[in-house]
Amino acid sequence: MARSYAFRGTHQAGIVTPAQDRLHFAAFDVTTESRDDLVALLTAWTEAAERMTKGEGAGPIGPTQGASNLPPDDTGEAIGLPPSGLTITFGFGPGLFRSEDGKDRFGLAAKQPAALKTLPHFPGDMLEPTRSGGDLCVQACADDPQVAVHAIRNLARIAFGTASVRWSQLGFGRTSTTSVDQDTPRNLFGFKDGTQNVKAEEKDDLSEHVWVADGDDPKAAWLTGGSYLVARRINMRIEVWDRQALEDQESFVGRTKDTGAPLSGGTEFTKPDFDMPGHDGPVIPDDSHVRLVHPDFNGGVRMLRRGYNFVDGSNDLGVLNAGLFFLAYVRNPDTHFVPLQTKMAAHDAMMEYLQVTGSALFAVPPGTGPGEYVGQALFEA
Amino acid sequence: MRKPALTLAATALATLPVFAACTENASSADGDKKSDPRALTVSSSADACDVSASSAPAGTLTFEVTNTGSQVTEFYLLGADGLTIKAEIENIGPGISRKLTVNAAPGKYVTACKPGMEGDGIRADFAVEAAADAPTVSAGDQQLTATALANYKAYVNDQSDQLVTATQKFVDLYKAGKDDEARALYPEARMHWERIETVAESFGDLDPKTDAREADLEPGQKWTGWHRIEKDLWPPAGYQALKPQQRATYGEDLMTNIKTLDSRIAGLDYTVDQIANGSRGLLEEVANGKVTGEEEAWSHTDLWDFQANVDGARVGWEGVKPIVEGKDPELGKQLDERFQALQALLDKQKQGDGFAFYDKVSDPDKKALSDAVNALSEPLSRLTAAVLS
Repeated sequence: MARSYAFRGTHQAGIVTPAQDRLHFAAFDVTTESRDDLVALLTAWTEAAERMTKGEGAGPIGPTQGASNLPPDDTGEAIGLPPSGLTITFGFGPGLFRSEDGKDRFGLAAKQPAALKTLPHFPGDMLEPTRSGGDLCVQACADDPQVAVHAIRNLARIAFGTASVRWSQLGFGRTSTTSVDQDTPRNLFGFKDGTQNVKAEEKDDLSEHVWVADGDDPKAAWLTGGSYLVARRINMRIEVWDRQALEDQESFVGRTKDTGAPLSGGTEFTKPDFDMPGHDGPVIPDDSHVRLVHPDFNGGVRMLRRGYNFVDGSNDLGVLNAGLFFLAYVRNPDTHFVPLQTKMAAHDAMMEYLQVTGSALFAVPPGTGPGEYVGQALFEA
Repeated sequence: MRKPALTLAATALATLPVFAACTENASSADGDKKSDPRALTVSSSADACDVSASSAPAGTLTFEVTNTGSQVTEFYLLGADGLTIKAEIENIGPGISRKLTVNAAPGKYVTACKPGMEGDGIRADFAVEAAADAPTVSAGDQQLTATALANYKAYVNDQSDQLVTATQKFVDLYKAGKDDEARALYPEARMHWERIETVAESFGDLDPKTDAREADLEPGQKWTGWHRIEKDLWPPAGYQALKPQQRATYGEDLMTNIKTLDSRIAGLDYTVDQIANGSRGLLEEVANGKVTGEEEAWSHTDLWDFQANVDGARVGWEGVKPIVEGKDPELGKQLDERFQALQALLDKQKQGDGFAFYDKVSDPDKKALSDAVNALSEPLSRLTAAVLS
């Protein structure tokens, strides 16, 4: 729990950082029309984030060290808690560059990355506007939920008057591993998830599939060394799924529930044999999840997934409002996400049990250097 | 730990179970829980099919089949003739275990592993001994099954025929601009579709053309079928109405697809597990689309669909009920009770010849319907296994 990660670096922390156990994610609408106010917010956020990731307060004074006649500059619920591996990762949504009617809000339109636009409608999307989009995003991950919530709460407080929270999402359990040292966790369907994830140790794959490279988008050179973040709130029809026979669940996923081995045999990390014949067609069915999203059938593309299980209580009908808050970092959503999601939505047997209720895309600037504020290259280059 | 698999050749003696049971009782005193003579293990390799015993007492047997070979394997429990399949489990990948449960009456059987899924498999005799604590197994299953299959086919074909007739009438009214009458017929015509929805949906090319909701569309996919017309008949604010010529196009397209569906359904035959799975599937349709009010976004006639899904599920259940009653009477009783409880709630929503519109149903009533669907769906999800046991 005492581990901590530096806020500043070549890339932002919270991407290849070994996935922490808890998440609080928030998307913001920028409410000011002033570019200076926006830059001031990013500067204040950078300072607060750097302090909090060290286990210090959000403000320079501290939760109980200030004047008695003033509200404290830190809300206090993290007093005595260690840094808990907190990372705070910032992203910019399409609305920061252009308003919905195309207006250049802050003189940034010329630098809008070509791939940063509202994701298309996919079959099965039942998007709620109040859980979608956003001009800015903050991903706070920590091993202690109180530490992650503390970070978002204080950053939202700093933003009042400049940006307001559009939606936020808690995640209580990681569903991906981003390091070979981590065990693969289970999603709420009870299956191991993210076995094929890009891991921090796979440097070549990170360069090829996660980090935006120099020259990828000449208009958006500021994004070099950054990434794109796809956020999707995927509700699971938990109660209906639970009534499926074990063999059916396994055929939807394409892996065994017990060990996570592909249905073609072996152990979790055995390469699936998609050609192995089964009773009717291949033993790993054509519409199974593992086959449809596997790099072998998608031009070799991979993603760095960093999703979390969520349960937001139950809905009016008494069924769980729960699922997977999918987070994936990719070099280009047009090649690394949209084609896969289109295919999955149309053919994946698992889709019957999924409903996407939230969706957003953000450009995640590269790491913040000494003395800089996050995303500085966008505003000053 | 599992006890090591015995080889069949040397031990196919009727006295074995007694001996094995004694051994296991002795070891259970040491805390070994694997003393159940009805729990068997099977090891399937390229050239062997090792069953942990060559006989078992009558009752519910489980075979935990582990594939130790390098090809996909299957395991069968066959009748004494070596032809009739009593139970089977397929698609066991290398290194993977699957569990087969079967309710076996006393008699002679044959076990078979089929590595590579080819040929007759590696076979051995297997005996099920009479046991005082075994539930009785109905011997007349075959006749019951044949009756269930014939009745179900007749039901599906009849609903499909009625669907053609009602859709034709609906399309005619819609094309003629008789909107009030078309709106009145819309939910009634669709009930014939919803009663057999799991069969109708099984044609992957027709379903998206016929029953897609606006939210289901892929980019570039043209929206056609029932719900396209629904939106035109119950237009939301700012909606651009279809012109008469477009109405004719969409109406005739729907009719063509319904006729194609009908001709394909006429050629279908069913298995008893398909009937049981169909019942479960129809309740899933209710849970996913109807009880949430997503299916009929514009007309709010979800309760007609709801009732029709339940009708179809009940017909499927009643068809296989005689088979289940001999095997798991408790399950049968629970299903009957819960179908009745759900129907009582639906009856409360009846208005005239139809139902309340779903946007007018109170939240507590929706919650009660959802609870009843969940209560019924749980035992229904065990029906297929019970029918096949």
